[in-house]
Amino acid sequence: MRDSDAGPARPTRDAAPTIDDAEVGRIFREESGRSVATLIRVFGDIDVAEDAVQDAFALALRKWPGEGLPPNPGGWITTTSRNCAIDRLRRESRGHELLREVAVLRRGDDRPAQEEAGSVQDDRLRLIFTCCHPALSTEAQVALTLRLLGGLATYEVARAFLVAEPTMAQRLVRAKRKIKAARIPYRVPQARELPQRLPPVLAVIYLIYTAGADSPAGQNASDILCGEAIRLARLLVSLMADEPEVAGLLALLLLAESRRHARIAADGTLVLLRDQDRSRWNRAMITEGQAIVRACLRGNRPGRYQLQAAINALHADAVSMEETDWSQIVALYDQLLSVAPTPVVALNRAVAVGEVDGPAAALALVDGLDLDGYHPFHATRADLLRRLHRPGDAVDAYQTAASLAPTAAERDFLAGQAERLSDVAGLDGPWIT
Amino acid sequence: MTQYLLSVHSVAGEVRDPMTPEQMQQAFQQINGLEEEMKTAGALVFSGRLSEPDTATVVRMSGGEVMTTDGPFVEAKEHLGGFYIIESDDLDAALDWAAKTTAVIGAPIEVRPFWDSHGA
Repeated sequence: MRDSDAGPARPTRDAAPTIDDAEVGRIFREESGRSVATLIRVFGDIDVAEDAVQDAFALALRKWPGEGLPPNPGGWITTTSRNCAIDRLRRESRGHELLREVAVLRRGDDRPAQEEAGSVQDDRLRLIFTCCHPALSTEAQVALTLRLLGGLATYEVARAFLVAEPTMAQRLVRAKRKIKAARIPYRVPQARELPQRLPPVLAVIYLIYTAGADSPAGQNASDILCGEAIRLARLLVSLMADEPEVAGLLALLLLAESRRHARIAADGTLVLLRDQDRSRWNRAMITEGQAIVRACLRGNRPGRYQLQAAINALHADAVSMEETDWSQIVALYDQLLSVAPTPVVALNRAVAVGEVDGPAAALALVDGLDLDGYHPFHATRADLLRRLHRPGDAVDAYQTAASLAPTAAERDFLAGQAERLSDVAGLDGPWIT
Repeated sequence: MTQYLLSVHSVAGEVRDPMTPEQMQQAFQQINGLEEEMKTAGALVFSGRLSEPDTATVVRMSGGEVMTTDGPFVEAKEHLGGFYIIESDDLDAALDWAAKTTAVIGAPIEVRPFWDSHGA
């Protein structure tokens, strides 16, 4: 195929800004989720939608650098993808059948009957609930969300989770096959279903963030995953403004992100909260996160993400570890423990108790927890034992923690602590990063 | 419409509190009530409860000959105790039926779609 306006006789279009391939890629990442979501609704088939958006991407790479950006790139991608899908389906024998179904769908039971009363919902909201359907494994939910809504290539998803690309491709194929064969619906759950259906969506976005923040695959993977998680949380806030936990999740991610770069020193080692250069915390993110937390508090429908966000908002407020409002943090952890009674929450609460009532009180709480395979448990014990002047026990605990830590930064840090323990005064602090 | 197999998984030798005749009566009523509900909704295709797995016989081809042996085919702790075949628009509707069924029967239910040429 040859573009009619290719070649030296191309008319000048200096009004349009020139863009390179990387920019085309960036715009597609940004916009493709919406197009994929719309095409899935129209064609009822995820593969058709993905292939079509891929075709449109190839077309944009050929056209945009020469012709400039179309006035509405998102609209261009959706329209072009739709046309590409129809072209493709016409070429395939099985496509004729699908096209007939699409025609029936669009003529017959068109939207109003299926649409929940009054509002035309964003297709991306349907898509995220399908990707995070509880009938799919968490791994599959995460992979599908990143691939379909985040517009990440399969190799990018694979790299971020240190999985071989064919393994990740297989995981995606299997998940899509299940959606099709079991007819996992493509719709936004009704209000009565939300208590069951929203938590896995929030959990997937949170998991994408934490996977990014702790990614052993390096800074680039971290930036991609953390950025994507925040983008998805923002999207969800814009689509579900009435759900305080959605807002709480966005606030939590912004506040965590505000200090992500301060967690890692120039030499790649981990910096604990106590030792972080607080001037490196991102003030804009803190301001935004704290404003959301305040709005959530006014709504007075607390949940786990809002409470975690509130705890992080207090850390962000403090000028130092000592100046932190620890008793308020303990109170928030008490509330958190009542809505999310997990040993990890209990561990974090114990750390805060240690700052209020001292290390002995905290150690008594920590030792009652069943978290043997969780490295922060051992790191926390190590710090408390050190402060209780039990260096031998502390060294053992640091070594156990180091052997369980997932990233090199954490491993090096913990092993270093064990070595330095015989030195004069410990400079370290509780295991809060 | 898609058809789904809702299989009821029983665990051999699992100790349950013995039911009083009244409780038994109540459980049967609930199960019958649920099946009526499925019929009224047009969801029920077929259902059945199976005899114990040691009543099973396996028939297979071996060297071109049909061989018949004492079953079950798979010796396992879990076995298929019964099933419902239902028809619904999508998985969510099938899961709703499964939720009601497991609430009445007290055993886990596996929901599995029947193969059809439109699925994968």
